[in-house]
Amino acid sequence: MTVAISVRDLRKSYGDFEAVKGIDFEIEAGQVFGLLGPNGAGKTTTVEILEGYRDRTSGDVSVLGEDPQRAGRAWRSRIGVVLQSSSLYPNLTPRESLRVFAGYYENPRPVDEVIEIIGLTEKADARARTLSGGQKRRLDLGLALIGNPDMIFLDEPTTGFDPGARRAAWETIRNLRTLGTTILLTTHYLDEAEQLADQVAVLRGGVIVRAGSPAELTGGASETEIRYRQAGEEILERTTDPTRRLHELTSAALERGEVLDGIEVRRPTLEEVYLELTGSEAGAE
Amino acid sequence: MRLFIHQLRTEQLLFWRNREAAFFTFFLPVIFFLIFGSVYGNTLISSEHIKGSYFLEAGMIGYGVASTCFAGLGITLVVRRELGILKRVRTTPLAPITYLSAVLGSIFIVFLLEAALIILIGRILFGVPFPSQALSVLVVLLIGAVCFAAMGLGISGFVRSAEGSSAAINAVYLPMAIISGTFFTPKGYPTFLKVIADALPLTHYTKVTRDVMVHGEHIWTDWKQLLVVLAWGIAGMLAALKLFRWQPREA
Ligand SMILES: Nc1ncnc2c1ncn2[C@@H]1O[C@H](COP(=O)(O)OP(=O)(O)O)[C@@H](O)[C@H]1O
Ligand SMILES: [Mg+2]
Repeated sequence: MTVAISVRDLRKSYGDFEAVKGIDFEIEAGQVFGLLGPNGAGKTTTVEILEGYRDRTSGDVSVLGEDPQRAGRAWRSRIGVVLQSSSLYPNLTPRESLRVFAGYYENPRPVDEVIEIIGLTEKADARARTLSGGQKRRLDLGLALIGNPDMIFLDEPTTGFDPGARRAAWETIRNLRTLGTTILLTTHYLDEAEQLADQVAVLRGGVIVRAGSPAELTGGASETEIRYRQAGEEILERTTDPTRRLHELTSAALERGEVLDGIEVRRPTLEEVYLELTGSEAGAE
Repeated sequence: MRLFIHQLRTEQLLFWRNREAAFFTFFLPVIFFLIFGSVYGNTLISSEHIKGSYFLEAGMIGYGVASTCFAGLGITLVVRRELGILKRVRTTPLAPITYLSAVLGSIFIVFLLEAALIILIGRILFGVPFPSQALSVLVVLLIGAVCFAAMGLGISGFVRSAEGSSAAINAVYLPMAIISGTFFTPKGYPTFLKVIADALPLTHYTKVTRDVMVHGEHIWTDWKQLLVVLAWGIAGMLAALKLFRWQPREA
């Protein structure tokens, strides 16, 4: 396994306020890593430190084998960045913007190829100011891709999207992954992390409160829920052994010649785990 | 160097693409020259001992340097900063110094084109002869471009929002342009206006321009005036060094 990013005891203070309080994680090359957390958790701070844009207060950080705080132009040409807020020249078209940014890199991707990847073929010659929010965001992504980077940072790439646009963006990000690009993605949407990330770290108040694959995060959590209606009454059970419990329930019902109305078996989603981890204290810090 | 040329071309594309800004910074001084030149181009301005058109030609170049290098540059930098474009550029391999050099180089090109157009219009429409000290004129133009651009860099650090940037910067430079005697001679000003005018860099810059262009003097004749312009340029540079930011205000 090649490590694209490693972070050891990373801390960042703004004045007296410690926004990131000693976090550790590693990202394997070629993987999608999701940094998940509510607003103010420290996601942008962390990502911008890894991009070499902000300096850290302490800790060790290595991105593609270099310390971002000291890395030079060659290193910069290997990373692509989508900032949290869209940052485009309003009077340039996507094609022009891509050409401009392509000029900053040694081996850029062909402009037409990127336009296709981000799905802006129809809007390629419209001024950026006339694009919808989602289209602007896709152009941001295109500008991050144009240099043919090994590593891409996406800070909340789909915030504010409608469901269709979000799905399209997910598709694009999955395609990038198949091209072998390592991706660090921040989001406060659970389903986004669940859909895209190989590994997820849940950040809250500057601390990683849980980390693992989406399956591990949900699997390691509480019990399976079984819901059904009996004699008009809604019943909810939790069990660690759903196979046995279901068998008991259904055979008992069959013996009595009843049906279990509206029976539903579900594992807690990442969302519930996440709410458990972050929800109760949202905004408390 | 390849990157500098690439960015310079980008900056030219961006400047001319933004019609509104190009109109206010590039064309307006030219249009004012046409209008006021037609109104009092042939009238003798007795306090200056020159024809109105001669007076205006130098004045509009002064107005032009303020509108391109000071106001235009200042507004561009604020807008780009607040839109996150400056921050975005910092994440690319383009060196910050290359980027800023191209931004400055581009606005210098715009101003030199504007000055050339004004001189050409003066010659063709108002019979103002080409300046006899061409080299001195070029040096004066470049000194003005550099000093007013330094002030433009400086003021961008004081302006907070992109929306308010044109309003705020225009509120500074339009009164300055008028008080500084680019349109009218400041010689008949009441004392309080004279005091203000004497403190403004454009007053002195316009005088240098006029002396070199109209009276065929060498630049060093007006060294005191040049010092004032230079001092303002240095003040702008110091403000820029202290206040210039790449990231938007809220981030
Ligand atoms: N430049 C800054 N100066 C002071 N405080 C900051 C700055 N940037 C972020 N913060 C604070 O640090 C915390 C984490 O912010 P941020 O990293 O933007 O979180 P997220 O991206 O997860 O929403 C927040 O409380 C925020 O107010
Ligand atoms: Mg953020």
